[in-house]
Amino acid sequence: MARDSQAALVALNRFGLGARGGASGDLVNAASDPRGFVKAELARPYGVLLEAPGLQSTPQLGQAAFAYQDQVKQAREAAKAGAPTEAPPQAPADQKPDTKLRRNLSLNTVTAEIAGPMAEAKPTDGAMKPDGMQPGAAPPAAAKPAQPLNVIQKTFRTEALARLQRAMMVDCGFTERLVAFWSNHFCISASKGELARMWAGAFEREAIRPHVLGRFADMLKAVEQHPAMLFFLDNQQSLGPDSRAGQNRKRGLNENLAREIMELHTLGVGGGYTQEDVTSLARIITGWTFAGRKGQIGLPGSFAFNANAHQPGPQVLLGKTYEANGLAQGEAALADIARHPSTANFVATKFVRHFVADDPPPALVARMRDVFVKTDGDLKALATALVDSDEAWKAPLTKMRSPYDFLVASGRLLARVPEDPGFYLNSLNLLGQPLWTPAGPNGFPDTAAAWAAPEGMKLRLDIASQMGARLGPNIDPLDLLEFAAGDAASPETRRTIERAESRQQALALLLMSPEIQRR
Amino acid sequence: MIDCVENRLLTSRRGLLLGGASFAAWAYLPKFARAADGRDPRLVVVILRGALDGLATVAPVGDPDYAGLHGSIALATDGAHPATRLDGFFALHPAMPEFARMYRDQHAAVIHAVATPYRDRSHFDGQDVLESGYAGPGRVQSGWLNRALEALPRGERVSSGLAVGPTTPLVLRGNAPTVGWAPVALPQADDDTAMRLVDLYRHRDPALAAALTQGLQLEKAASGDDMKPKPGNAVAQMRQVARGAAKLMAADDGPRIAALAFDGWDTHANEGGPVGRLAFLLGGLDGALAEFESGLGERWRDTAVVVATEFGRTARINGTDGTDHGTGTIALLAGGAVKGGRVISDWPGLKPANLYEGRDLKPTTDLRSVIKGVLQGQFGLSDQVLAQTVFPDSAAARPMKGLVA
Repeated sequence: MARDSQAALVALNRFGLGARGGASGDLVNAASDPRGFVKAELARPYGVLLEAPGLQSTPQLGQAAFAYQDQVKQAREAAKAGAPTEAPPQAPADQKPDTKLRRNLSLNTVTAEIAGPMAEAKPTDGAMKPDGMQPGAAPPAAAKPAQPLNVIQKTFRTEALARLQRAMMVDCGFTERLVAFWSNHFCISASKGELARMWAGAFEREAIRPHVLGRFADMLKAVEQHPAMLFFLDNQQSLGPDSRAGQNRKRGLNENLAREIMELHTLGVGGGYTQEDVTSLARIITGWTFAGRKGQIGLPGSFAFNANAHQPGPQVLLGKTYEANGLAQGEAALADIARHPSTANFVATKFVRHFVADDPPPALVARMRDVFVKTDGDLKALATALVDSDEAWKAPLTKMRSPYDFLVASGRLLARVPEDPGFYLNSLNLLGQPLWTPAGPNGFPDTAAAWAAPEGMKLRLDIASQMGARLGPNIDPLDLLEFAAGDAASPETRRTIERAESRQQALALLLMSPEIQRR
Repeated sequence: MIDCVENRLLTSRRGLLLGGASFAAWAYLPKFARAADGRDPRLVVVILRGALDGLATVAPVGDPDYAGLHGSIALATDGAHPATRLDGFFALHPAMPEFARMYRDQHAAVIHAVATPYRDRSHFDGQDVLESGYAGPGRVQSGWLNRALEALPRGERVSSGLAVGPTTPLVLRGNAPTVGWAPVALPQADDDTAMRLVDLYRHRDPALAAALTQGLQLEKAASGDDMKPKPGNAVAQMRQVARGAAKLMAADDGPRIAALAFDGWDTHANEGGPVGRLAFLLGGLDGALAEFESGLGERWRDTAVVVATEFGRTARINGTDGTDHGTGTIALLAGGAVKGGRVISDWPGLKPANLYEGRDLKPTTDLRSVIKGVLQGQFGLSDQVLAQTVFPDSAAARPMKGLVA
């Protein structure tokens, strides 16, 4: 078969995470059999799972978080009582996108951000005396030890690093793109609180990854029963009004999770449900919670069905009656919602928008919807059908890479496997896509309008320049252009890189080129 | 009063995700204070990335072909912004009054029609040759300044070579330990890079061009500036870098050798003549030299600064009032140790037949001879070490004598 570099660009960028630099030969491999290159990963369902030393299960993480919270509480009480004690752990530095940083992004801030935690200690009064240069003197960086990370910060960074390393090393990256797509579809936010931050990575590993090549209904159930989701959307606080717990306490129903299940996870706005359906589903899933630190209803930190909080009796949802059946009542309801025609339509639209075009071609959406319906939500069949479609290969490359995809594509091209997630986490904060921390339960946006915004482009350029300054001296920019795009690179891009004044500048321009930014 | 800040990222490079070369920490290095005359020599190497237009910086106003070739951007010794006469033939760009003063005081010199052995027109390869010290391009991982450091006699008390900027320039990379320093405000995405990207986007991706342009404008608006290049900033940044480096080098046991790079000399379009873009950059370089002079204080007496670039630019201006990649250019020397007040040149002439490939100032002096002369004069390195270790296979390029007092 003739080599097709343009199709290789589609294979690597539209479907994957970009070509790797070094000697991987990704572009050549993709060019010789573009569809096969993308689909190869679909044949390895277990390859999607993420297991690495140091990654723990949700209950283990929950217990560690509870223990940490107890420790902080004790320290605070001891301090109140006047006893000398260790300072309570600091809030994690990368917990939230720092709005101050985003607004006033001096280039130097990026420098410091990229330097990671070692650079966080601020120089005193902006001056380091030349005395510091004395031979034998301790390196200045060692002068001020950084606050040790607490278990929640450490866990978040460990999970982030595992995900990033996988993204850097995987062949094409199509399955990792699917993971990110579904993880954003069923997002939680790590900013919800310590448990959400602790569980963000585990949620993706446990509820998303096992199902991205499985069935939508199974993913839906795994997601809605995951402690991270129950905590994020407050279902652990929701009590059936007529349940034992609801009658004992003055609290009642919380519709949050039920509403988002129908609006964001399955049927979509306008998908044919009413407020009465929301309330009904909320009642159906009362009692879906996780066991607390005392472990009264299960292993602390694990999913639990609290019958005491569950609304008794049958419920009518979308015209169908679900008999009182404890946990199974909600599971039956979710199974039906998962195969609802509105769900097929909503998922197909979002899927095509993510991979093909901001305005998804209606014919392709219709085909994806049919596949979803015919296969009863087989997500591997859905992914395969997308790769088999001609539209996905012929549509112009107008999608904008998200900040995460941009940073990963850059790291892959530069053949850097990170040993510390700091640069990525900080850059994602700056670029407005903090890892596992969207602003709302609708996840991060997925259109060029969101990511090709003026401020965002300027910040990307700053970060690309920073990478260029740091790594440029060691690379040959023209070699890298060959790895990234080969003869599918535009003459203008090639000329811009050839004519750059320095390798550093050439690398920054390459990373910012349409060949990298668009997919 | 010290407005330079030790940059943490350089000393914590080991922990860096994107860290470049491994970075030796503090180390004892040769002491080369010369017992005989009590001198304590210092050397600063300034790389101008992008290929400086030597004919626009030190103009051969006495050459009858100069004004015609350099056209609208040619310097003249009369008019609103007259170039400073250096001798009966050459004149200095008016944006460099400090260098002119040093020249008058015989502490600055110009070497004209110089080039490295590189004869092609790629910045990347040209910079490799300039900094590696090898005769041709190749991905060598050490630079001539580092190998010179290694070759110095062992001593004590004196710390490593100083790499100024976010990365160690190739010229200073190698086995000999170096330390890094960068001013906190060192620019990253500079205007030149931004403009090149906007230009690419205009041709290939108008939507991104619009977004990026607006993003840049917003930033300028926020910093009270407009879309024009910011000469003040570039100039201020060069001065700031030099001031910080000078401060470090002035210490009794500070580094004796430093290397730094200034970007932005690739003047393809709208280069400007006595005023304009190149003039702004030269003003920054001039200010940086002045900062070295004042920052080094008494040490300036023993200091030589070498300013070099990867190649020159075409003798004839192009259709966009700029110049393209050329060959012969200048090297500048400044410092109390320099035997200055001279333009050293075996002038090839600018007649069409005398131009290199009919385009460029023909190089008549090997830049390696100039650098070797400075290294030998300052640190006493032997001909043999210079010809074999510092600049491999360069015996034919003899060290230029008498550059340093």
